[in-house]
Amino acid sequence: MIARLLTGAALAALTIGVMSTGPAMAQQGKLSGDMVKIGVLNDRSGLYADLGGEGSVIAARMAAEEFGNKILGKPIEIIAADHQNKPDIGANLARQWIDQDGVDVIVDVPNSGVALAVQEVTKEKKKIFLMEGPATSRLTGDACSPTGFHWPYDTHALAVGTGQAMVKEGGDSWFFITADYAFGHQLEADTSVEVKKAGGKVVGSVKAPLNSADFSSFLLQAQASGAKIVGLANAGGDTITSIKQASEFGLTQSGQQKLAGLLIFLSDVHALGLQVAQDLVLTTGFYWDRDDESRAWSKKFFDRYGKMPTMVQAGSYSAVRHYLKAIEAAGTDDGPAVAAKMKEMPVNDMFAKNGTILPNGRMVHDMYLARVKKPSESKGAWDYYQILRTIPGKEAFASFEESGCKLPK
Amino acid sequence: MMGTIFGIPPQALFGQLLLGLINGSFYALLSLGLAVIFGMLNVINFAHGALYMMGAFVAWLMLTQLGIGYWLALPLAPVVVGLFGVLLERTLLSRLYKLDHLYGLLLTFGLALIVEGAFRHQYGVSGQPYPIPDALKGGQNLGFMFLPNYRGWVVVASLVVCISTWIAIEKTKLGAYLRAATENPVLVQAFGINVPRMITLTYAFGVALAGLAGVLAAPIYQVSPLMGSNLIIVVFAVVVIGGMGSILGAVLTGYGLGLLEGLTKVFYPEASNIVVFVIMAVVLMIKPAGLFGRER
Repeated sequence: MIARLLTGAALAALTIGVMSTGPAMAQQGKLSGDMVKIGVLNDRSGLYADLGGEGSVIAARMAAEEFGNKILGKPIEIIAADHQNKPDIGANLARQWIDQDGVDVIVDVPNSGVALAVQEVTKEKKKIFLMEGPATSRLTGDACSPTGFHWPYDTHALAVGTGQAMVKEGGDSWFFITADYAFGHQLEADTSVEVKKAGGKVVGSVKAPLNSADFSSFLLQAQASGAKIVGLANAGGDTITSIKQASEFGLTQSGQQKLAGLLIFLSDVHALGLQVAQDLVLTTGFYWDRDDESRAWSKKFFDRYGKMPTMVQAGSYSAVRHYLKAIEAAGTDDGPAVAAKMKEMPVNDMFAKNGTILPNGRMVHDMYLARVKKPSESKGAWDYYQILRTIPGKEAFASFEESGCKLPK
Repeated sequence: MMGTIFGIPPQALFGQLLLGLINGSFYALLSLGLAVIFGMLNVINFAHGALYMMGAFVAWLMLTQLGIGYWLALPLAPVVVGLFGVLLERTLLSRLYKLDHLYGLLLTFGLALIVEGAFRHQYGVSGQPYPIPDALKGGQNLGFMFLPNYRGWVVVASLVVCISTWIAIEKTKLGAYLRAATENPVLVQAFGINVPRMITLTYAFGVALAGLAGVLAAPIYQVSPLMGSNLIIVVFAVVVIGGMGSILGAVLTGYGLGLLEGLTKVFYPEASNIVVFVIMAVVLMIKPAGLFGRER
């Protein structure tokens, strides 16, 4: 019964998608629809909702407000929708937004599986796609698009940051607990490369279904493998559950095994509490308590959202701001023209200093290797990270040549 | 010397079986409540997952807002959830008994969405940490695996609750009244027994079991608004496989499927979240009333 209802709803959504394949109206030299319409498409209710969700919408709004909610004399409008972590729903929403609702740019889209599907749509429609949530480096590799931009981090940067750092500290044998979809597979693959490059070896891995309630079985397999490092190639709710249960099963207490959370967001640390999360080493594209500029912006964000921004949320602000500046410079919201301007201009804001954008859409900026503070070191809520090292952008991200992207340079 | 079983070292296999038993404990507790409710009220209680989540949240709120610890929350939180159940049954569910099952299902499904949405709006999806009580911290090294004390306690607690519920319904006078009232409520009422009140209390008991499972789960999982919906679909499959309304069937199937899922996580982890449904499909083809159910 429920299944039938859901199928009906899905069919209806599909029909809307199919019916609306009229040509998008892109007029050179001015704004399509006499406004710039920004669509924030992310997980608003599931396991990734806290790392992006409404926070990304607020961040995009803060960027628009810096322009007085107007660009080239016309209004900026922001809309949002929930893709429920389903690639078909995400792609249909993107299509409907672009074809029917006059959306000019799609923002965020966590979940690499959904992002890969949406990238196909925006590529075909020549619309800008600003990716903050998704991780897979394929988005600027074999699945790159001339109008796609990947902002705060990717699996390559996480692998370089956390992977190399752990091997340098003696963690030379690895076992992966991997989220069983595009993102997890890519993160495991990228990290394996970095581990081997640094002289370590990978002894095994297990693919855990997305959104598992219980990781104890996978943790036990990791324990039995005897690997020095248990790499968590997962994200959001899955990472939280695996770290919590690893501490329950005494994985790290023995001192012989260490956890490496390959993708950990500030919201995860907040949910876990420092007691459980302390001493985790992680790689991040942004930390609110980095300098005066980032602190000032984050305080403003906090006043509106009640939480400090994750790198995804801060990245959404930075990307939307850069996009709007490019429209100003180009005098149009035509996708390819704006994309060209975005790639010409450096990114300078509270998120990134002298960020540059490669031809494949990769925004290259400094990344940070951080350690989660012990409860005794923290001065209070949200004082969570100690920055161990700044990883220069060139080292963190793959160059255009290495990326495997087939776009012209 | 040790050898392997199907290419897996025996220690790993024992470990996984034990973990399966632990997960099975939750399945058993939840499907027991569902079976009791379906058996007595003929309502397919889709709100069960939401009430399980509520049990965990009530325990968490008691701890953080009122300073009430785990051992007091263990009986108190189910009572709170049970009272909420009384409210639901009296004001909403009792109006639907004369209608088709589907109406009860739709109502409880809607209620589940509302309760879950309210908690999600208030607390977000990442969840809140609930510490393991001091007395159960640490664990035992069993040789083949490290068993956290708390997980051992969960198995014991769930076994005790399941067995005593089964005895209460199958072997006591009160249980006999209950069973009689499901068969022929008019006749039982004629003997001077207040059937509507009995039904209300049965529903309250069923959802209190969900609340209890929630408190037991709080220290293991994050206390998160989504914890119920993650589990409820599997639990429904358990009840369908065991046979709707069969109490013993629900409990045995709960533990059995937990074990089977544990084994799948060793041999083919990618399939671990669908193995239960594959079994459900097979069982429905061979025995449509479920393994322990009676055809009506």
